Amino acid sequence: MTAPLLELAGLTVDIATEDGGSRTLLDGVDLTLAPGEALGLVGESGSGKSMTVRAITRLLPRTATAAGAVRFEGEDVLTMGAGRLRGYRDSGVGLVFQDPRAHINPTRKIGAFLIEALVGNRKVPKREALARAAKVLAEVGIDDPQRRLRQYPHEVSGGMLQRVMIASVLLAEPRLILADEPTTALDVTIQREVVGILDRLRRERGMGMVFITHDLDLALAVCGRVAVMYAGRIVELRSADTLHERAAHPYTLGLLGSRPSIDARVERLTAIPGRPVSAFESGPGCAFAPRCSFATAACETTPPTLTEFDGGLVRCLRVEEIHAARTEVKA
Amino acid sequence: MGRLLLQRLGGLLTTLFLSSIVIFGSLYLAPGSPENVIFGSRTPTAAARAAVRHRLHLDQPLPVRYWDWLTGVLHGDLGTSMVTGQPVADRVGAGLGTTLLLVLMSMIMVLVFGLTMGLLAALLPGRVDGVVNALTSVTVTVPSFVASALLISVFAVQLGWFPASGVGQGLGGRIQGLVLPAVALAVLSCGFLARVTRNAVRDQLEREHVQTALVRGLPRRTVLRSHVLRNALPPIITAVGLLTAGTFASTLVVESAFAVPGMGQLTIQSVAQKDFPVVQAVALMLVAAFVVCNAASDLIQAVVDPRLREAGSTS
Repeated sequence: MTAPLLELAGLTVDIATEDGGSRTLLDGVDLTLAPGEALGLVGESGSGKSMTVRAITRLLPRTATAAGAVRFEGEDVLTMGAGRLRGYRDSGVGLVFQDPRAHINPTRKIGAFLIEALVGNRKVPKREALARAAKVLAEVGIDDPQRRLRQYPHEVSGGMLQRVMIASVLLAEPRLILADEPTTALDVTIQREVVGILDRLRRERGMGMVFITHDLDLALAVCGRVAVMYAGRIVELRSADTLHERAAHPYTLGLLGSRPSIDARVERLTAIPGRPVSAFESGPGCAFAPRCSFATAACETTPPTLTEFDGGLVRCLRVEEIHAARTEVKA
Repeated sequence: MGRLLLQRLGGLLTTLFLSSIVIFGSLYLAPGSPENVIFGSRTPTAAARAAVRHRLHLDQPLPVRYWDWLTGVLHGDLGTSMVTGQPVADRVGAGLGTTLLLVLMSMIMVLVFGLTMGLLAALLPGRVDGVVNALTSVTVTVPSFVASALLISVFAVQLGWFPASGVGQGLGGRIQGLVLPAVALAVLSCGFLARVTRNAVRDQLEREHVQTALVRGLPRRTVLRSHVLRNALPPIITAVGLLTAGTFASTLVVESAFAVPGMGQLTIQSVAQKDFPVVQAVALMLVAAFVVCNAASDLIQAVVDPRLREAGSTS
């Protein structure tokens, strides 16, 4: 096995509260990503998926502290010096944010935004940087790139601006792309198109990707493996092509069951009862227990660990029993 | 951009025209009359009073007097002072340079100290921010007339560093005489600008696009210059525009306190003497200063923020 591109080991993030206490947002996240691999991080709001991405780039809120390790090509990101960190952010990792309108400076031209890192960090001559930017804009499917370079962000559509953001990341040619719900702010009709562009160009360049979404199907479509997160922990991790058949954690089963089916017409979509909780709100046992139809008294008190099951990793005390019961029903 | 400029010019002329009517009318409604100043303590005969009133056109109805004044101005003649008989242009011209120098000195102080304090407070949270905050809390409560009294008693009377009233000869003398008045005008504005700057920069530091710049590995210096400070400019420019206009208005008080022979003092004097043509001229120049300051701040903002260039056509 090749050395991992990215490795998270026991990554824990706590945030200080105003009353002097602290709240856990991420609780012992372990993940590895091989070079060129795409991994999906799926979960509801507050599950810690965005915080994971922020910790990977060390872009944490001022009041947050991270423990554990984030290793990029073997080097710990959390303890890097300022200079190394800038280098890692420049060429190691690239981040596609959810809302390009807010994440691209509205007062500067698109061209200035695109070439800023090339000119500022790598001393590429401006003319050459602009030529490269135009080429990448064409690759992400933007017509008339020369004109777009001279436009301001407010003069183009949200879908185009997200492609500009993807182009800005591709321009830096990082080894790892982090995409934080890159299509959530876009119209449904262009979501697939934008994801398609991101997926294709990433594969062509052999870049690794961590793809964050709350859309399980989208994650399954573009990622080799999918990690399902709940309350700051990974509850299930398995390859995308077996997740449908082999999903074992009650939460994953709930996510799969709550999608609208295209084969059968139903009166009401199935939903997971209750509301999602954050890591700091969960009790001593399994965080999902209060919403889980399989939960027993033991689930409320004993924290489950992430263990191997049926070719994947599952964090559930009763996974064997649930699996047996489900197979019986099917048979 | 050109259209924005034309619009602003049109707005300036309209504002000047409307305010000239208001000023002329309100002066007419106020008690007192210019001939009383000319006669002083003497009691003239009815015939003499009538002759003077006729000579000053005070016996004509208000619309006629306004019309005469307006046609004169449009021909480049601001009229003559009813009290001293000097051309208005001469009286105004003598004070204008002094007042402009005073406002310029004051605004330089405001920019240097206000921006510096605001930036330090925004970039160094904690102790520095606390000190600046305490300092500005005090200065924003000190109006210019209070500052004038304090400055005169300390720096002019006790220490004797600067003259307590009037200005000296030559540019050096004028500047020395204007230091205390300029400080008096700047105290309140400094605190105000520091607060606006601090909040604008803080606001930008939290913005998502600044995170984007950071996560691309740009040096902190570049992030601050190209993203934080640049985007924090619009509210700062608005504040500077308003403060400059306000400083012109405050010269009325401060020039009187320091006996500075500028437009402010001239305004107070001529209002008291009901010297219509002079009041019209100085009041309109004050109005023009307000409009020009606002227009200038809008135009500079449009240069900084491209989104305002189109918005300008609707406002």
